[in-house]
Amino acid sequence: MITLATEVLVIGGGTTGAGVAWDAALRGFDVILVERGDLAEGTSGRFHGLLHSGGRYVVKDPRAARECIAENRILRRVAADCIEDCGGLFVTTPWDDPAYAERFLAGCATAGVDCDELPVTQALREEPRLHPQISRAFRVPDAAIDVWKTVSALADGARQHGARILTRHEVRALSRDGDTVTGALAYDLRRGQDVAIQARVTVNATGAWAGQIAALAGIEGVHVRPGRGIMIAMNHRLVAQVVNRCQMPTDGDILVPIRTVSVIGTTDEHTENPDDQAVPPAEVDSMLDEGEKLVPGFRQARALRVWTGVRPLFQDDKAQTLPTRDLTRSHALLDHQKRDGVGGLITITGGKLTTFRLMAQQTVDLVCWMLSRMRPCATGSTPLPGSESGEHYRLGERLARKEAALRERQIVCECELVSRERLEAVLDETETTEIDDLRRRLRLGMGPCQGGFCSYRAAGIMHAHGSLPAARADQALTDFLKERWKGIWPVLYGDQLRQMRFDEWVFHAVLDVEHLPVDGDAR
Amino acid sequence: MSELAELAALRGTLDHCVKCTICESACPVAAATPLFPGPKYAGPQAERYRVAGQPSVDLSVDYCSGCGICSQVCPQGVKIAELNAQARHAMKVQRGVPLRDRIITRPELLGRLGTPVAEIANRALGSRALRAAGERLLGVHRDAPAPRFAGRRFSAWAGAHQSPVGRRRVVYFHGCGTEYYEPWEGERVVAVLEHNGVEVVVPKQGCCGLPLQSSGLFDDARHSVLALARALEPHLADPATVIVGNATSCTLMLKREAREILGLEQDPVLARVAERTYDICELLLELHQAGELKTDLRPLRETVAYHAPCQQQGHGIGKPALDLLALIPGLKVRELDARCCGIAGTYGLKAEKYEIAMAVGADLFAQARDSRAATVACDSETCRWQITHGSGLPSSHPIDYLYRSYGLDEV
Repeated sequence: MITLATEVLVIGGGTTGAGVAWDAALRGFDVILVERGDLAEGTSGRFHGLLHSGGRYVVKDPRAARECIAENRILRRVAADCIEDCGGLFVTTPWDDPAYAERFLAGCATAGVDCDELPVTQALREEPRLHPQISRAFRVPDAAIDVWKTVSALADGARQHGARILTRHEVRALSRDGDTVTGALAYDLRRGQDVAIQARVTVNATGAWAGQIAALAGIEGVHVRPGRGIMIAMNHRLVAQVVNRCQMPTDGDILVPIRTVSVIGTTDEHTENPDDQAVPPAEVDSMLDEGEKLVPGFRQARALRVWTGVRPLFQDDKAQTLPTRDLTRSHALLDHQKRDGVGGLITITGGKLTTFRLMAQQTVDLVCWMLSRMRPCATGSTPLPGSESGEHYRLGERLARKEAALRERQIVCECELVSRERLEAVLDETETTEIDDLRRRLRLGMGPCQGGFCSYRAAGIMHAHGSLPAARADQALTDFLKERWKGIWPVLYGDQLRQMRFDEWVFHAVLDVEHLPVDGDAR
Repeated sequence: MSELAELAALRGTLDHCVKCTICESACPVAAATPLFPGPKYAGPQAERYRVAGQPSVDLSVDYCSGCGICSQVCPQGVKIAELNAQARHAMKVQRGVPLRDRIITRPELLGRLGTPVAEIANRALGSRALRAAGERLLGVHRDAPAPRFAGRRFSAWAGAHQSPVGRRRVVYFHGCGTEYYEPWEGERVVAVLEHNGVEVVVPKQGCCGLPLQSSGLFDDARHSVLALARALEPHLADPATVIVGNATSCTLMLKREAREILGLEQDPVLARVAERTYDICELLLELHQAGELKTDLRPLRETVAYHAPCQQQGHGIGKPALDLLALIPGLKVRELDARCCGIAGTYGLKAEKYEIAMAVGADLFAQARDSRAATVACDSETCRWQITHGSGLPSSHPIDYLYRSYGLDEV
């Protein structure tokens, strides 16, 4: 048993938790963040990548729209390197109620979301693959945000201000002293040991899992209704800008160009279990149908993989019978002292990625109040590590970096242009034994072949460079392949089917991967 | 579908890539220089990182020679060379086109300027000092193979020539090489066709735009090819009439490349021209298969080496020249199986690419020399000039052998 002490303990290493850790560390608090998996392994990393302009909510939830546009402007400054300023369009397709456009325009004006109508011909020039029968098009300041980069930068920033970020630490109990939560008992999954963490304030930033954590403190009734949604990554950018259907938000009406892919999202199904990662075939099918309405030929384009994200939708009792999309998108900050008479514990849940900074600010404001140390929030004006120059990310950056060292750098992941140097640097930094962690840091294995060529190379490098024993490197390889496979099989048609047949030859016929000597104790 | 939508669809073929690396193994340029990162890298991989309107960052794509072998060997149907052409075009639009590329991509203009002063122009092109200056000032390599102006134009001969009425009629697309540099090749094409009872119509015509396209000057290339299509198409009223050309890269441009690479699939005139265009050997072999090709061929007691140029292979018609040469009694034919001569139109003329082009062609040159053939036959004029430059052997179009075997040179 290891014992640690801190002022602020943050549970959850998604955008919200990392945002809280960054905000609190920046205000000078001593911070520990614990995460049961890897950073951004949960809902945050299972997201489409849209930094909302707020346009999506102007009619239905103007308050959320106002929050989005305000945060959108702030994040463009402080998280510039995590954001690609691709812009966004709302388009009226033949399937959308044409009357919605006027409500949309009025809503944008009210909420303060910049919106300009552009001629349809112009929209089609900019986006040649869009449905040619769109009748109206509006430009809004949507953008794409790389969530792994963001969470990574938040954690790095927090660390630079003294925070300790503990991944693969699972909270198994909250400690209580009378009516006050005094920290948590975590289990270090990698080293296999208990870690007791004493904290003056504990922040439950576990999103869809917030009810489970609150229950550890004996607090009932934190109803986070998990809304499960699937997203499909298409092999390349079918559109250069975010494209939204100009209609009341519904399934499959957003197409987001994010890094090398474009992601269509999403569905919204109630689930009881936040760990539910089901991908029902009917949902995939309907998503592809919706894709056709935006981009004809969508079904012939190559789908890479599909995944499920579980939104944390905070629910009050009145909303019991509503479909989950109609629950508030705004977040909930619960002071359990006021709500339940339990001190030392805050729950922050709900909300959306775009507003994570605001959620963190309000959370740490409450921390200040609880600790009676009022310190102003600085996240609105302090750039994250890597974003100091204020320049937005450009898709071509990796290609440009590789071009500068065309002959020198060995490429491990050809699809995502990950060099051996970068991979070895991450191995040194994280000491990870899982290829999936490399994926989140580097995008290794996220391209068309889905690890077909890079995963065995990465396993070899982990063995050679990181001194991981061969059997454990083999285990890392087979674990990764299994994880990739989960997202591939539901979209196994067309080009991706051919790819998998090819990968199968590599892994079965050449490497005989099912009979590798593996060591399952690696984890 | 708009031009842009077509180009987006072409781009969409990158989805078919399974990263098998067959294209990389077949690419003659990547094998010769590390400056080109290879077709899989520059094509379907890099394309995922390119966004319209953002700066081109991978200037190495300009080292793709555009030979098209990658697209031919791809088992999945990725339009690799075409993707590279698009990327090069975007780069040239952003970074500007060197004066050199504006000059050497206009064979028609060069031909018009050079023909009246052929003797002086040829002497200038043969002058070491002037070529050295040309390399410094323009970036055209001093040793690159430069054709000699014929000093007369094929079209002048054709204008004075009356083709006898025949069983069939073809429209002859002679291309710039025949027009300004090798008018005799055109005369031989006409003679062979007429010998076989084919009436030959030679409309006034210009450049197909291929050199412009391969250097990334797409707007000018579109202008050229559409003008050419409009010059040829009015002669296609009779459904049995076809267009035939002896410049195999230029006929490929008309058949397919202009439509694919320049996004001109929707142009109805070009579409009609494309589907009626034949390579000369392709047409003659079809005539032979229909029993319409005369076989009054006299023996030629010699050995010829044959190289099928990359662009010829891009037609997807096999190697009809080999079948035709096989009809000639006594002629020994040695097929050269080295991949590419390196020139790729104007690629090997460029100072920074000349050495690469020569390295690409080295195998072919060695094979040609080792074949003990007296001459090399090849369907593309720029490839012939390069082969002669690299191997020292004289070269000519396969049609020349038929021409001599028919005894037409003695008429």
